[in-house]
Amino acid sequence: MSNNIVSRLKRKKIQEVIATGKRMDGRELLEFRELEIKTNFLAKAEGSAEVRLGKSHVIVGVKAGVGHPFDDTPDKGVMMVSSEFTPVAHPTWEPGPPNEASIELARVVDRGIRAAEVIDMSKMCLISGEKVYLIFVDLYVLNYDGNLIDACSAGAMAALNTAEIPVYKVTKGKVELTDKTKKLKLGAQPIAITVVKIGNDLIVDPSADEEEVLDGRITITVDEKGTINAIQKRGAVGFTVDEIKKCINIAKEKTAEIRAIALASK
Amino acid sequence: MSKTKKKSSRKKWTRVDGRKVDELRPITIETGVIPNADGSAYIEMGRNKIVAGVYGPREMHPKRLSKPNRGVLRCRYHMASFSVDPRRSPAPSRRDSEISMVMTDAIAPALFLERYPRSVIDVYIEIIQADGGTRCASINAAAVALADAGIPMKDLVASCAAGKYDKKIILDLGDYEDKQGDSDVPIAYLPKLNEVTLLQMEGKMTQKETEKAIEMAIEGCKQVYEIQKEALKKKYGMVDEAATAEEETPEEPIEEEQKPEEENKK
Repeated sequence: MSNNIVSRLKRKKIQEVIATGKRMDGRELLEFRELEIKTNFLAKAEGSAEVRLGKSHVIVGVKAGVGHPFDDTPDKGVMMVSSEFTPVAHPTWEPGPPNEASIELARVVDRGIRAAEVIDMSKMCLISGEKVYLIFVDLYVLNYDGNLIDACSAGAMAALNTAEIPVYKVTKGKVELTDKTKKLKLGAQPIAITVVKIGNDLIVDPSADEEEVLDGRITITVDEKGTINAIQKRGAVGFTVDEIKKCINIAKEKTAEIRAIALASK
Repeated sequence: MSKTKKKSSRKKWTRVDGRKVDELRPITIETGVIPNADGSAYIEMGRNKIVAGVYGPREMHPKRLSKPNRGVLRCRYHMASFSVDPRRSPAPSRRDSEISMVMTDAIAPALFLERYPRSVIDVYIEIIQADGGTRCASINAAAVALADAGIPMKDLVASCAAGKYDKKIILDLGDYEDKQGDSDVPIAYLPKLNEVTLLQMEGKMTQKETEKAIEMAIEGCKQVYEIQKEALKKKYGMVDEAATAEEETPEEPIEEEQKPEEENKK
């Protein structure tokens, strides 16, 4: 994400334009690019979503299976979010193990979904301590143009809302696959909104260029009731408490807008 | 800890360890604990036991990670295999990488990294025993270790968490409160600059509760700050509060004004 070499001219120009209340692509400071989400477009995945946010392009796949629970939660199913930065997505991205940005993306999206208790994991147990449902949410970035966290968070919720997972049954202590499927019952609809600080201004939905020159950012995940589920601050600058409160207000406002799009294809 | 029962009676609400809602766990900080390091600190915050060591500013290896115009702060947070129960693999986890990242963001704003082109300041954190709030305790130790290394700082970074447990907002969650509680908000704070440099949150809280937790955590940070200063004074035999040389705030508030000129010259 941050290749850290941006020409000084470009950096200065972006900062100057934002200071006047406009952006390089003509947007308002608190305006998202066009967000398009198409769901259930993959036959082999239990749930899927294709997200286009401006030129950022992400595919979310939900797969379900059966496996061992974690030792400390023997009665609970397992949900895992992981992300792949595919090398096609950006000239500087290379194949290899997940880098820091990729780990953060997956963990921030995961944290929002987990903290909001979107899936009731205690209902995803088949045989205590032995067999539980595993739900994998995998985020594949196909083209990077900024704001992956928000795109992936919306995509993950869209995919989970439309996912139909195979039903397993337990007969005589053995887990068997049935030919039925069921929709996941979702307990909340959290959506992450990233507010970016450039100079003294706060903007949302940064493009790749804006992400390279940002001073700091705060991602706030809010559910449909306005409950805050997760916050993540990044960037080597400080925020005042007032700025943090402003960010929370912006996120609360924007989250409704993005949630409506994410759930439109439900 | 695992056998402790949640104590909540109608008559009197007390915390698991008997603390007041806004009371920190006992903190002791010792400096200069690693003779080979340029600066080091050992912190006990409750039952957390953490060592922080600083090397640098020194030449960056591998060289491709160095920056031509500024220094790089590199924090590595690592948990010892025996620091938690059950034993964990000593290989760095996704969690470790993420904490290393947010710690770097939390501490960097306190340093004058523009003064060290092509160099790196390495901060190594080893968690010897974990008891909830390790990232905050680590930041506290790292800040003291950086000051101990004689690295000029704008301010010490103080850190502590607040969160929601049993419907109450409480300060500095211990391991049990962290795991059984509703949410956790770790904060790092620069008291002199009045800026929040680490902000994360996970759980379920309203906007009001979140803001209250942030404000409570900041008050906690201010108490931690005093303990950090005491630890440094003790090592350097200073009693006079006015002359805290170990903070080494440069006298001229130059940095911001001079930087652009320096950059233009290059």
